[in-house]
Amino acid sequence: MSRDCPCRSPAELEEHRQAVARDPGRPCVSICAGAGCLASGAAEVIAAFETELADQGLAAEVDRKGTGCPGFCERGPVVVLHPREICYLQVTAADVPEIVAASLKGDGVVERLLWEDPTTGARVEREQDIPFYANQQRLLISANSRIDSRSLDDYLAIGGYTALVKALFAMTPEEVLAQVKKSNLRGRGGAGFPTGAKWEGSRNAPGEPKYVIVNADEGDPGAFMDRALLEGNPHSVLEGLIIGGYTIGAREGYVYVRQEYPLAVKNLSHAIEQAEGYGLLGEDILGSGFDFSVKVHKGAGAFVCGESTALMTALEGRVGEPRPKYIRSNVKGLWGKPSVLNNVETWANVPLIVNHGGDWFAQIGTARSTGTKIFSLVGKITNTGLVEVPMGMSLRRIIDTVGGGIPGGKRFKAVQTGGPSGGCIPEQLLDLPVGFDELSQAGSMMGSGGMIVMDEDTCMVDVARYFVDFLTDESCGKCLPCREGLRQMRRILTRICEGKGRDGDLETLEELSEVAMEASLCALGKSAPNPFLSTLRYFRDEYEAHIHDKRCPALACKELVSYYIDPEKCKACLICLGQCPSHGIIGAKNTIHVIDQEKCDACGVCFEVCPSRFDAVIKISGAPVPPPIPEEQRKIVRKSHAS
Amino acid sequence: MDHDLVDQIIDRHHAEASALIQVLLEIQAEANWLCTESLKTVSERLEVPLARVLHVATFYKAFSLVPKGRHQVHVCMGTACHVRGAPRVLSAVQDATGIGPGETDLELKFSVETVNCLGCCALGPVIEVNGTTHGKVSTAATAKVLQGYE
Repeated sequence: MSRDCPCRSPAELEEHRQAVARDPGRPCVSICAGAGCLASGAAEVIAAFETELADQGLAAEVDRKGTGCPGFCERGPVVVLHPREICYLQVTAADVPEIVAASLKGDGVVERLLWEDPTTGARVEREQDIPFYANQQRLLISANSRIDSRSLDDYLAIGGYTALVKALFAMTPEEVLAQVKKSNLRGRGGAGFPTGAKWEGSRNAPGEPKYVIVNADEGDPGAFMDRALLEGNPHSVLEGLIIGGYTIGAREGYVYVRQEYPLAVKNLSHAIEQAEGYGLLGEDILGSGFDFSVKVHKGAGAFVCGESTALMTALEGRVGEPRPKYIRSNVKGLWGKPSVLNNVETWANVPLIVNHGGDWFAQIGTARSTGTKIFSLVGKITNTGLVEVPMGMSLRRIIDTVGGGIPGGKRFKAVQTGGPSGGCIPEQLLDLPVGFDELSQAGSMMGSGGMIVMDEDTCMVDVARYFVDFLTDESCGKCLPCREGLRQMRRILTRICEGKGRDGDLETLEELSEVAMEASLCALGKSAPNPFLSTLRYFRDEYEAHIHDKRCPALACKELVSYYIDPEKCKACLICLGQCPSHGIIGAKNTIHVIDQEKCDACGVCFEVCPSRFDAVIKISGAPVPPPIPEEQRKIVRKSHAS
Repeated sequence: MDHDLVDQIIDRHHAEASALIQVLLEIQAEANWLCTESLKTVSERLEVPLARVLHVATFYKAFSLVPKGRHQVHVCMGTACHVRGAPRVLSAVQDATGIGPGETDLELKFSVETVNCLGCCALGPVIEVNGTTHGKVSTAATAKVLQGYE
């Protein structure tokens, strides 16, 4: 029941809220329609529910919602049936008739689609009992699965925009600011700057108009929490932004969102239109006399635009190059005016702080890092997905308990936090509580919340090379230490990975790092050496193995590994022979296969395709390949033939 | 590209100089590339020097100054995909299409790009062809996916 006229007062909004209140006992199918689940077939599942519910005559009694991301991307598409909160995982369109018959018509469950405990084999029915969810504290992201991401009424029904009403009608801007300061909220985009101080600086700065801006240029590879919030619950970000505007005295807001997130752009633009229609944006919001409008600016693909001054330059329609910050951007930012730029997640926390108070927020987490943080837990981890935990939880608990540990019985090696400018944290520091200062002391950083887990198969030199490579490409080129320094670092790291490292390389790299950190204009250059420095600090032996022994201990650097086939194990099945792109495998039926080392370019296809019951392809590094077995011994005489 | 369409896009943004990036993004979305004529029109109507239009058009990754192929292949090189073998997938794409990242083949069949994260890390390594995501691809599966395009 959407409105066609704006609400002119808080009372009218409350009246509408009552009218759209949801009956908690009414059956509802929530299907994740976030980008991850859509990629694994959620659209087909949604369509199947539509047809199936119609066919079984339940269309009028059961609601359907395409929701935002609940975080359990590993097991997508995720379907939750309310009010029983049965959580079905990895649902396909073919499972839908069975689900409808068993759990919507009847009151049973489809056992095989429930979460299964990997050690005991027990099935878990309810979403909140699955360890992945049970160990989180989901203040922000839990709303994602309770609302249709394109419905303002749904957001109102769960108490949306109550914080805005409270701020506009029961609090002065000074009071809102006081609560934000009391909450100790720190920026979720990377640097962890205190939000209250930033707001206060803008509020007191001379100059009109003032601006508030959402930084949704989430460029860190492997991080997608901001996208999940914008896609799944755009109104929570808008509500925070409007409150921010009211607090600092801005009437215009911008959302800078990367165009690589089409669904986020779509849902956000839709949310803005809806909010305008309801009188929650525009002139004289709810009759308060406060005017506020929001524009969406699509980013055209430049990592550096996540940096505050570069983002503001891009908003002005120019090339996103950072500016020197002799004066902070909250005093002199967009068009030279005071501008508060905060990350998506920071804005989404604001309504919570206004509703529950700064003190309530400050008691979550640790003294210096308050509240919760959403992490994007990816890489070599059992439960890939988004996890929201209170600050101060140990890395070990996040990885082992929430994330379910490393798959395939492999050994943990390191976790990379903070995106390309962050660092790698080794196993001995896993009990570190996650907080802004703790991670910085360990040589990494909080960053926007990417957490990439690496196991024994990941080469740390290669990881450093990967990030430096990324940052070299993304350097805007404005200042020399970053542009040229990174290029040289990339050259040397690539050389080391290729087994051409020399004595003195590490010292040169350290020197280049120091200059980039001291002399770069913006945070991109200043933090760019972090991936190298942190891996060197904790994994110096791997660098030395590459340089001195020409050996990659993780067997990952292509130029340093060789493959051969163990004649004892080879069953002459022809699989690798058929798939080798270089036609470098010699053999035939009943003839043991041998890799022609002249032709082999170490692509690893044979290693990948060799059936695990044989495991005949062997990967080595730093040692010569054993000579092939003589041709006359290659015939396999099978038992069935012999007898 | 159709002249009227370019004008319409510019009109939608009231020919404001600050909307330069948004205008170029919309032209790119319509035509798949930015031709010289379009860039000149944008420069004249937005009253932005052509040099600055080109600066923007060459700085941001979303823009292309050459025509793109019929099928857009995006290989995710994000960290999660990287540690799960994205470089091998990229080689497979190069072998199957004969072109490297940033290139378009002469028949305008494929354009290959590397991207930094598609946000479906649970499915890594991931390639995306014409907006359809293919997850957990091996080198063999990659070749098979690409064979399906004409």
